[in-house]
Amino acid sequence: MAMARSPFVDRLTGWGIYVIGFVPAAASFWLGATGGLGADPVRAFEQTLGLWALRFLILTLAITPLRQLAGVNLLRFRRALGLLAFWYAAMHFTVYLTLDRGLIWSTIIPDIARRPFITLGFAALVLLVPLALTSNRLSIRHLGKNWRLLHRLVYVAVSLAGVHYLLATKVLDLTQVVHIGLVVLLLGYRLVRSLIPRPERRAA
Amino acid sequence: MPAYRPPVIPASEITPRSVYLRRREFMGLMAGAGLALGVGDARAEAPATVPLKTVPGSYKVGEPLTSRDDVTTYNNYYEFGTDKADPSRHSGDFKPRPWTITVDGLVGKPQTFDVDKLIADLPVEERIYRMRCVEAWSMVIPWDGIPLKALLDKVEPQGSAKFVAFETVVRPKEMPGQSGYLQPMPWPYVEGLRLDEAMHPLTILAVGLYGETLPNQNGAPIRLVVPWKYGFKGIKSIVRISLVEKQPPNSWNSLQANEYGFYANVNPGVDHPRWSQATERRIGASGFFGSGRRPTLMFNGYADEVASLYAGMDIRANY
Repeated sequence: MAMARSPFVDRLTGWGIYVIGFVPAAASFWLGATGGLGADPVRAFEQTLGLWALRFLILTLAITPLRQLAGVNLLRFRRALGLLAFWYAAMHFTVYLTLDRGLIWSTIIPDIARRPFITLGFAALVLLVPLALTSNRLSIRHLGKNWRLLHRLVYVAVSLAGVHYLLATKVLDLTQVVHIGLVVLLLGYRLVRSLIPRPERRAA
Repeated sequence: MPAYRPPVIPASEITPRSVYLRRREFMGLMAGAGLALGVGDARAEAPATVPLKTVPGSYKVGEPLTSRDDVTTYNNYYEFGTDKADPSRHSGDFKPRPWTITVDGLVGKPQTFDVDKLIADLPVEERIYRMRCVEAWSMVIPWDGIPLKALLDKVEPQGSAKFVAFETVVRPKEMPGQSGYLQPMPWPYVEGLRLDEAMHPLTILAVGLYGETLPNQNGAPIRLVVPWKYGFKGIKSIVRISLVEKQPPNSWNSLQANEYGFYANVNPGVDHPRWSQATERRIGASGFFGSGRRPTLMFNGYADEVASLYAGMDIRANY
């Protein structure tokens, strides 16, 4: 982060990413409410939210390789992307509980408890909660080294989310292949990098 | 995850059309896809359907009909793509006429029928049925069809015939889901019924819906409708019906036997391994803000008519 930027521009891009980030949810909601999502708008809206949760997780994971391989530093967006992933997962779950399952707890609770498809998705959301809660300067300062350790949970969360997505359909489709492929690639990158010994680097 | 093996397709068979049809899926990911939803769709208009002469049928459902628009735009017909909207969008090149259907196997008089001649020869009845998909959604559809029994009687099944096997057409040039890299299942799609199920008065070969010939996306020109079974039993665009001695294969069972059985009777008490079958969402029933969720009925509400077919059979084991 060599380049100096004005704090004003920083704040603007910071808020900008949230504004842009919520566009897919807002657009999909608006289409659903106005009859633009086809015969089963609830399912379409629910799936859109889930897919974007996964996309934001993928983007979060792409920040480090982009920096290391392409020299593109987007680190300042990572917190926003991670929080967007959490909010989309939370909205996805809320729509599942309300619009989809109609808050009929007698069928929802057994589903979450017993059906791996639902359980895995739920577990991914639960794992994102502590990450979202500690995505602030205060927590980073307080937790120190443990913060990085804690935030490695994102690898588990994205894996669970990926399997949840795979189990959601009867057959594999192209959208799934592309997304799961990216998850595997980004997790694989970290695995490979951790196995390859690196030359000592001088402190910057 | 389904055990999935993509068939090997020579490059020469990958038509520019299918490549073209895929481009949006990549764009959807890479671009600001939220805004790309439903924008600029290259839709091949399906040929118009024509009115059918029908007689009132004896089966009705005291529930509101699902709109024709929903019935014809929300379809599972993987020969045209796996998305619900794919069949209505990508079935424009399909030619359902002229069409013949061969009925053979253990029969006295194997025959090939012209579908339009069948429609002219046999009374086409309106049948309003519930349709329950294995994915836990449902519709109420006014089909126009002929009892399968009327067709089977014409070919005189032999005493040794115990099952009926059905087969869908294979036309990769007209059905984009049947070509390209990512094909969801082997073709042709096949289905089967026990002979007594096939002869049951509820079982029809639908040739129309809402009083007109079937749109391509709904299985034109002729498809099976068995209202007490999950929708995937309703094989579409049938070219062959064979009477056989042994239980024939059915596509979804071959693909994933622990999730999809041969019988596939609607049963709220037997869950799909990945989701509950206790409730269903009625398409179009309550728009965006009500869930439209309702309890699923045993045999999809046709227990009085069909439960006796399975007397003494373990319907839990034979899901």
